[in-house]
Amino acid sequence: MDRTSLNSCWKSKSFSFKFSILAFLLLGFYLSSALQAQEKPYFVTYSDDLEEPGNLEIETQFLTASPKNANAFFAPTVEFEYGVTAWWTTEAYLQGQATQNDSAVFTGYRLENRFRPLPREYWINPVLYVEYENVNEADKSFLEVVGHDTVTTLQVPNAILRAEIERSIEGKLILSGNGHGINFSGNFIAEKDVNEASSWEFGYALAASRPLALKGSSRRCTVCLQNFAAGAELFGGLGDRYSFGLKQTAQYAGPAISLNTPNGFTYRFSPEFGLNDNAAEVLWRFGVSYEIPQIRDWFRRSK
Amino acid sequence: MKRPVLLLIALLAVSAVSFAKANGKWLEKVPAADKTRANPYSGQPEAIAAGRNLFIANCSHCHGQNAEGKGSRPDLHSERLRTATDGDLAWLLKNGEVFNGMPRWSSLPEQQRWQLVAYLRSLNQ
Repeated sequence: MDRTSLNSCWKSKSFSFKFSILAFLLLGFYLSSALQAQEKPYFVTYSDDLEEPGNLEIETQFLTASPKNANAFFAPTVEFEYGVTAWWTTEAYLQGQATQNDSAVFTGYRLENRFRPLPREYWINPVLYVEYENVNEADKSFLEVVGHDTVTTLQVPNAILRAEIERSIEGKLILSGNGHGINFSGNFIAEKDVNEASSWEFGYALAASRPLALKGSSRRCTVCLQNFAAGAELFGGLGDRYSFGLKQTAQYAGPAISLNTPNGFTYRFSPEFGLNDNAAEVLWRFGVSYEIPQIRDWFRRSK
Repeated sequence: MKRPVLLLIALLAVSAVSFAKANGKWLEKVPAADKTRANPYSGQPEAIAAGRNLFIANCSHCHGQNAEGKGSRPDLHSERLRTATDGDLAWLLKNGEVFNGMPRWSSLPEQQRWQLVAYLRSLNQ
C-alpha cells in the first residue's frame, strides 16, 4: 500500500471513529428523549441518594479520551437503576468501547445493589454497596479505579484484552452528608477477582457539589440556576492488600456540572484530569439520564 | 431466560409489599425541637407557587398531580396534615419513612423543602 492510500485509509478510519461518536451521542439523546431524574453531577462517586421506590432510571454515559502513546477511545455505558424500596436500589450496567485504529467491543456487565441501613437522616449517612461484575480487560469505562490500574493497559490491543475476563465482587462503603445545600460524599472501594487467586484491591472516590441556587423558582423554567449543580470529584486507586497506598496508582480529579430539567432529563458533564503519570491526561465524560416514574404501577390493577 | 423474568417479578413483589399504608406513626418520632420549627416562607404566595413546582417534579408521581393520593400512597389533603405542624412536615421531608415507603428528600436544599411545606400547608387550609 502506498503512502497516499495509507493516508486516505487512516483518514477514513478517523472519520468513521468520529462518526460513531456522533452516532452514539445522538442515540443517547434519542433514547433519553422519552425518559426523567434528579441527579448529582458525579460520575464515579456515589452519594447516599437512592432511586425513589418504583422508579426506573435509564442513563447513557459516554467517556472519551486520547491518552498519550495509546489510541483514542470512546466508551459508552448504559445503566438501568430501579428503586425496589426507599432503602434498596438495584442496578444493571452494560458496557462497551470503540478504540481508534483498533475495534469496537462489548466489554461486559455489572449488577449492583445499594442499601441504606439507617432509618433517618444524620450529618453523615452510610450506604452499603455490593456489586458483581463480569467485565473483560478491554473495559475503558472508568466507573472506578482500583488497585494498580494504570494507563499502560490502554496501549494493549482489544483482541488481547477482551480474552481476559474478570469476574469480581466489589463492595463500597458510601458515606455522604448534606449541609447548607452542599453534598459531601466519600466512597471506599474494595474489589476481588473471584476467578483467580488475586488479592483484594482498593480505591476511593471523593466529591462535593452544590446547586447554583438553593430556593426553588415560582415559575417553571429550564435554564434557571436552581436546576444546575456544580461540584468536583477526586478518585483513584489505593493499591492492593500487599501494597496499600498511592504508589503506582492512577489518580484523577476534575470539575463536574449537571442540569436537571423540569421535564425530567438530567445532563451531566465532567472533564477529569490525570494527576500523575499513571493516569490518562483527560477523561471527557458526558451523561444523559431520565426516570420512568412508578413503573411498577404498570403491573398493578389499582393505580 | 426464565431467571431474569423471575428476578424481575420478585423485585416488583418486594417493592409492592414495601408500600405499607401510611399510618401517621411518624408523627410520634418527630423530636420536640423539630416540631416547633417555623417555616420562613409560611403563607408567601411565591413560595407556595415554587413549592407546587417542586411537588410536581418530585412528589406527584406517587401522590398524584393534585396530591390526591394514588393507590396506597396517601392523599395529602387530610386531617393529619392539617393538624401536623410545619416542623413536623419539614422533619418528614428530610428524614422520610424509608421502611414504610416514603423516601427521604434531604438531597433537596432546606429552602426548597420549606417551600414544599408551604405548598402542602396551602392544600390543607
